[in-house]
Amino acid sequence: MASSESLLPVTSQHDPLSESSSNSIPETRRRKPTKVHLVVYSGFLLIALYITLIVTHTRPVSTKGANDEKTVASRARLAGVSEKSNEHIWKMSDDREGEAFAWNNTMLSWQRTAFHFQPEKNWMNGPLFYKGWYHFFYQYNPNAAVWGDIVWGHAVSKDLIHWLHLPFAMVPDQWYDANGVWTGSATFLDDGSIVMLYTGSTDKFVQVQNLAYPEDPNDPLLLKWTKFSGNPVLEPPPGIGDKDFRDPTTAWKTSDGKWRITIGSKINRTGISLVYDTVDFKTYEKHDILLHQVPNTGMWECVDFYPVSKTKHHGLDTSVNGPDVRHIVKASMDDTRIDHYAIGTYYDSNGTWVPDNPSIDVGISTGLRYDYGKFYASKTFYDQHKGRRILWGWIGESDSEAADVQKGWSSVQAIPRTVVLDTKTRKNLIQWPVKEIESLRLRSKKFHKKIGPGTVVPVNVGPADQIDIEAEFKLKNEDLEVIFGDDSVEDDKDFSCETSGGATLRGALGPFGFSVLADQSLSEQTLVYFYVTKGKDSKLKTFFCTDTSKSTMANDVVKQVYGSFVPVLKGEKLTMRILVDHSIVEGFGQGGRTCITSRVYPTKAIYGATKLFLFNNATDATVTASFKVWQMNSAFIHPFSAVDDLVVPSST
Amino acid sequence: MKMVVVMMIMMVMAMVSEASMIEQTCKETPDFNLCVSLLDSDPRGSSADTSGLALILVDKIKGLATKTLKEINTLYKKRPELKQALDECSRRYNTILKADVPEAIEAISKGVPKFGEDGVIDAGVEAAVCEGDFKGKSPLTSLTKSMQKVSNVARAIVRMLL
Repeated sequence: MASSESLLPVTSQHDPLSESSSNSIPETRRRKPTKVHLVVYSGFLLIALYITLIVTHTRPVSTKGANDEKTVASRARLAGVSEKSNEHIWKMSDDREGEAFAWNNTMLSWQRTAFHFQPEKNWMNGPLFYKGWYHFFYQYNPNAAVWGDIVWGHAVSKDLIHWLHLPFAMVPDQWYDANGVWTGSATFLDDGSIVMLYTGSTDKFVQVQNLAYPEDPNDPLLLKWTKFSGNPVLEPPPGIGDKDFRDPTTAWKTSDGKWRITIGSKINRTGISLVYDTVDFKTYEKHDILLHQVPNTGMWECVDFYPVSKTKHHGLDTSVNGPDVRHIVKASMDDTRIDHYAIGTYYDSNGTWVPDNPSIDVGISTGLRYDYGKFYASKTFYDQHKGRRILWGWIGESDSEAADVQKGWSSVQAIPRTVVLDTKTRKNLIQWPVKEIESLRLRSKKFHKKIGPGTVVPVNVGPADQIDIEAEFKLKNEDLEVIFGDDSVEDDKDFSCETSGGATLRGALGPFGFSVLADQSLSEQTLVYFYVTKGKDSKLKTFFCTDTSKSTMANDVVKQVYGSFVPVLKGEKLTMRILVDHSIVEGFGQGGRTCITSRVYPTKAIYGATKLFLFNNATDATVTASFKVWQMNSAFIHPFSAVDDLVVPSST
Repeated sequence: MKMVVVMMIMMVMAMVSEASMIEQTCKETPDFNLCVSLLDSDPRGSSADTSGLALILVDKIKGLATKTLKEINTLYKKRPELKQALDECSRRYNTILKADVPEAIEAISKGVPKFGEDGVIDAGVEAAVCEGDFKGKSPLTSLTKSMQKVSNVARAIVRMLL
């Protein structure tokens, strides 16, 4: 599915016709009837005639702006782009001499991931869950590999990794969800029972919130769900559009014992989050004040709201509050397909939240993101079984829909990540793949390599399309001192991964890292790397990037450079982790301070031809890399069968 | 006489206001002329809101894809040496009809326009890929270029819904 990132070049907005017409109409409007009626009469007749010409004008006029078809070879620019527009430019043909790519089934079937959650076929997004068995309820299209006809798919797992498919949990069988059983959230009540609030698209296309609960609370598989007979429990309130009211959150307890939820929406271009209190999940009081709002951010989808500890590394139940706690507000920006979050303070007495730093408020383009690559519609849940908060993200495709239709599926889930506040910086979250993924690790190899500037070395690990890499990098002190002492090496004030053009841009201290999903000749490669620059005040500034611009010979996929600044504190070594699973690469910089997920579609670097390399493209620095590479087993995700119920879950 | 004047004023106002919704919308697209001509030629255009205008354009994409597929079919006989490229184009244009268009219609109607954006963008992508397959000697150039232009206009209008 080509996402909003993959735009064909947008031609200029210049419109020569409007200049002429808009000048004439106001003028003629201003003409008032004169004393001589005949003159007026004919004057109006002329105007009417002129307007008729404009309105029925069908000849396409060949003018400068309108028909300009040149493909623009400029790069995706996320940084500095206005919050409204999404200027990713989709590069087509200009680097491959107009040769389009015919995907064959061998190449397409390689793309399927081995250990990421994805259904057997068709389209999926959006996580929902409940624990015991970890449950994953997801948006699924049973009929096609594109969005549509949405039902609730269902899968369970004992360890968040080995998933078993179950029958659909809910389908659009009521007037209030006839056009889609969309995203929702689960809340555990005090007695341990579950209620589910979800968005339904009604038979008249209105977005409403509905209540559902397990038909049989004793069924650990939660196979069947009952929809409350009094649905919908919430309809769009006055002032909110019928189609701007979706994705209710998990509820949390207020200090006077009520349950509180928030739902994202928008008023004109201001993204907002509405607040409702309830005692029974059937009737609600709407707050007059919003939880929060940020102008110019557009519709807020999949809002999430949860506490994180300032000092401890474990997760907190959604209802926890207190002096040790900060609160996170997260929203998925409909406009830019980015999941943004901000850290702030929650005021329970009036249900409001204030960010610590309003200049990087929720949804602001330079604000914090869970992930600087392709990652959307994510949600967290509190896993009380292991005392952690887990983040789920939906990763769509970056290829053409024709390829999705041909291969028969679209979208995967990221590996679930634990999420905590970074207790050292206190200004960002830290995410890390759940520990259970280590159960997939097979044999490993350890390496220690010193590589000089401008070097690429092969890393022999055997198959390289299902691997887990943990690496540590060190720069020589002498090199660092030279850079600092050298006035001709300027502060790199303007570096950003997205505008750098990728790993071919050489700096004194970077880029260096790994080339994954590469073929032997490096005609296809995906680079995951650090780029260290000289920042101001004699400090280093480090960036963590992923460059997919040379990831494939195909030209009908998105090939962007992703990434961001990553905080590196004094005394810390540079560390990165990379999970490679066929067409998905997940990179974690500095223990998960900056994460980048990307979708990659090589045509040559597949099956036995996939290789791994280590590279250092800096001009001055020598880098020492110590790293370990594991082969990763498949998670063998399959439909649940009676045998699965008897199997002892793998210990974690 | 005053009656006639009043009637003329009303007629002018009516015509001006009918034109302005389409005009206003089309001004925000990369191809004003194409946009206006597509929307004007459709009877629903004059009374449609932005969603409605977007759906009209999706319909145009559908029509253009159907037309292109017909042309591809006649080319199989006329230009048998182009079979491989025609096969690929056929696959690409069938995706437009079977995946992109239904996705866009459903998403725009239901108020989740970003999936509609995916669909209309992809229509342009598929057309561009089909064109590129002929390595400069395409018999379908005017049709594929049309699709890319219509896709650009449709995309701009869907963006207004976000």
